[in-house]
Amino acid sequence: MKKAWWKILTAALLLYTVIGGLIFDVPRLNILNETIRALHFHVPMWFGMIIMLLTSVIYSIKYLKSGDYNHDIKSVEFANTGIVFGLLGIVTGMVWAQFTWGEWWSGDPKQNAAAIGMLIYMAFMVLRGSLEDEQQRARISAVYNIFAFPSLVVLLFILPRLTDSLHPGNGGNPGFNAYDLDSNLRLVFYPAVIGWALLGLWLTTLKIRYRKLQEKLFIDS
Amino acid sequence: MSFRLKGNLINPITWNALFWIIIVFTAINSISKSFNQEREGRQLYYYLIANPQAIILSKIIYNSGLMLLLSLIGYWVYGLIMNNPVENHWLFLINLCLASTGFASTLTLISAIASKANNSGALMAVLSFPVMLPMLLIVIKISKNAMDGLSTSTSMDEILTLVAINMIVVTVSYLLFPYLWRS
Repeated sequence: MKKAWWKILTAALLLYTVIGGLIFDVPRLNILNETIRALHFHVPMWFGMIIMLLTSVIYSIKYLKSGDYNHDIKSVEFANTGIVFGLLGIVTGMVWAQFTWGEWWSGDPKQNAAAIGMLIYMAFMVLRGSLEDEQQRARISAVYNIFAFPSLVVLLFILPRLTDSLHPGNGGNPGFNAYDLDSNLRLVFYPAVIGWALLGLWLTTLKIRYRKLQEKLFIDS
Repeated sequence: MSFRLKGNLINPITWNALFWIIIVFTAINSISKSFNQEREGRQLYYYLIANPQAIILSKIIYNSGLMLLLSLIGYWVYGLIMNNPVENHWLFLINLCLASTGFASTLTLISAIASKANNSGALMAVLSFPVMLPMLLIVIKISKNAMDGLSTSTSMDEILTLVAINMIVVTVSYLLFPYLWRS
């Protein structure tokens, strides 16, 4: 139970996010209306994705430095969770876009950039699938992971700001802090970010433990 | 084909897109060879006589030179056959040079990665496409500005971003290549 405190915290934060995010008072705005509640479910996905992928890159660097196979497992599983978060982010964004922009997919620079960003990590998985030797697979995919991360950063944070985008916070549009004058949204938003990120961490630790058990069974048999 | 296109059937946006598609394919095809083509024995020889940093830098320099040559020839021939709607030539040329060195340095490390796998031809395309796209989007934007005849100062932000990406790519390749080279 000693180590379980953060899991209880995760559950509490997410429960608070779901309840608070759906029933608390939100600013009344044209077009956005109630869809502003997507802030608590869509934006934390991207925070979660970036945190997971950054951790994955850090473990890749650690792997290259030490050659410890455990770091490779961690790096892959963090990348996997990052992909799940990214896909959820795209889906929640599409639902939001359907009600505010009027189309599921309108080819907005931010949407396209997110889709390409996912492609980078799909390519990472393809690369891992096509290498046979374990040592070589770990080393080469670590190199690709580190090499591809800067272009993900450029895609998600630099390019949409250089072009015209409908997405809040880009291309001259205000971000959510312009609407949130009485800080009511923040009361749910910050716990939501922490809660979803912790959930990602929890999922990843489970996957890592599962992978390690698999390896152990493989060695024993 | 050319006399049909001469009648202004191709509009500037299509011209731009087609040109960069040609350049990207040229880059992928010419640079994917840089590690695949050499035989095991020669790679071992290089491994013995030179340190990995020197090898990756020299490969990047050679590939950049090759890409510059190919893209300048490509631009000349393409402009000759398909008309040349570019108005700000200097901006377009600066952009072309930055793009070809950028593509060359990105693809050099990708080809080193892909050469370790069995089906490296297909893998090269899969790995390089998403990594090259951010660069390609910026490049297409600058070349659109150049075609519209906007002055160079309006695209300064994009040019600086492109230079920064190039520098990041070269630095990261320089740091990472030794780990690839060992195997």
